[in-house]
Amino acid sequence: MKWYFMLNLKRVEIRWHGRGGQGAVTAATILAEAAIYQGKHAQAYPEFGAERRGAPVRAYTRISDTPIYTKAPITEPDVVVVLDSSLSSSIYIEGLKKNGILIINTKKSISEIKKDVSRDDIKIARVDATKIALEILKAPFVNMAMLGAVAKVIPVVDVMYIEEAIRESFRPKIAEANIQALRRAYNEVEVA
Amino acid sequence: MSEWIRIPLTSNYAAAYAAKDVDVDVVAAYPITPQTPVVERIAEFIANGELQAEMIHVESEHTALSACIGAAATGARVFTATSAQGLELMHELLFIASGLRLPIVMAIAARALSAPLSIWGDYSDVMATRDSSWITMIASTAQEVYDSIIQAYKAAEHSDVLLPAMVAYDGFMMSHTYEPVYVAKDRSIILEFVPKKKPSWNILDPDKPITIGAVGNPDWYYEFKYQQVVAMENSRSVLRQVFEEFSKKFGRWYNFIETYNMDGSDIAILTYGGLYGTAIEAVDIMKKQGLNVGTIKLRVFRPWPEEELLKILKSLKAVIVIDRAISFGAALEGPVAMEVLTSVYKKGLSTALHSYIASIGQRAVMEEDIIAIVKKSLELLEKGVVITEKPVYWGVR
Repeated sequence: MKWYFMLNLKRVEIRWHGRGGQGAVTAATILAEAAIYQGKHAQAYPEFGAERRGAPVRAYTRISDTPIYTKAPITEPDVVVVLDSSLSSSIYIEGLKKNGILIINTKKSISEIKKDVSRDDIKIARVDATKIALEILKAPFVNMAMLGAVAKVIPVVDVMYIEEAIRESFRPKIAEANIQALRRAYNEVEVA
Repeated sequence: MSEWIRIPLTSNYAAAYAAKDVDVDVVAAYPITPQTPVVERIAEFIANGELQAEMIHVESEHTALSACIGAAATGARVFTATSAQGLELMHELLFIASGLRLPIVMAIAARALSAPLSIWGDYSDVMATRDSSWITMIASTAQEVYDSIIQAYKAAEHSDVLLPAMVAYDGFMMSHTYEPVYVAKDRSIILEFVPKKKPSWNILDPDKPITIGAVGNPDWYYEFKYQQVVAMENSRSVLRQVFEEFSKKFGRWYNFIETYNMDGSDIAILTYGGLYGTAIEAVDIMKKQGLNVGTIKLRVFRPWPEEELLKILKSLKAVIVIDRAISFGAALEGPVAMEVLTSVYKKGLSTALHSYIASIGQRAVMEEDIIAIVKKSLELLEKGVVITEKPVYWGVR
């Protein structure tokens, strides 16, 4: 398995899409926290506005080997992570760089996703994070599973540190279940 | 660096950590977006025993600062935080805090003012406190928020100063952005730097009653105000000492202003807050394109760091000031540009000054915007524009 897409980039910019309550902001934050624990530089911030359960939510993560000075928003991400495939593809694909990566929670096949997004200049990774979350967490909390997919597809942060950040953020029982979901998505994510 | 741990914090949380690490006695604050997490985190510190402090829950910012004034008048170390309309509601108390010479420290997640309602970041709220006689610092990273609050207590409590101090940072783009921050593993190293001593100001004590804030008749009021002038003047040398001592003790270097890529540049972009970080990256991009400009961060707004600025400005052909608030109807509507212009004129410098307004209500400013601003200024210089008649309202539709 060698899906080391991003290793030539000094800085990776990730945009997360979900719906309010799915944990996109938490996932964006935990990835940045893990990067910082690993000794890297990182930023994470939510899209600011009304926070309502069910409403489309965006969050952002920047990870770098060198200090990050900019406070400009991320408008052309290298990676887009979609927690909820019912979101319109025109929203989540917007600004995704050429040769960028789309990581999506879906039951659809990669060729079906390709048709949805009608872009042939990007790489696509898919995982059925909802199924994983329902089986392990008994609830559709897909954010940590999606973090597992991200960790696999763009290995800029070691899984060990992501797990550490999860343990810092959740109560032990919930943390361990989420780590299980993360590991399973890490193994199950498919790339094309 | 073993005395420090490197953890992910937003600027709001960095402010809360600083309040904890200087061991504040009293916190009175009212929640407002985007400042709320500062107060939430302090409440957690108190609840889990990491901070022994009195948290006064109030019904408004007016009362928050009133409670801080009362507490500081008893000699307590006091902290508060706010944003936007909250700071406006505190406005009359700002002058009471400084007039009573109480070294209160306040964090501000700088935010646009209503109406229309905007919860997003800009510096309209901070700039509207300009004449309130508070020491005013503006941070551009979460690390700097933590460090500046610690420095603010040391300067504010100095017996030659005794003025309140505010530390501002961009609402949302800093207040809610996680970044790596070094915080003290054990706050004793911070308390060595800002020890809690017997207050150097006259305090309220039931056993030794005094009156503070009594009437200042025409034969006395003016002298009280002039003492504030002197105190603000004194804060220059005190801040200078504080920055030096902090830098030597902790190895993180601070001054009134900060510069980047100024060697060999005769044009500089001057701005404040998180936008300075974006300017740094814009400077790097321009360098690769063969355009050599530098950038200057205004870190202390009050007292105005004229000496430090002029040292840089005197060798410049032009300074491009990007303001993040509007002084409606002013001679030059960029509040910082106006101050820079005054300093330049006072010393008879021939440095050109171009005033820009940007990031109002958190209108995004990208590196490309800063590069385009520089290019626009190069055109203006070519046309012989020394001082922009009015600010360029960048990005307005």
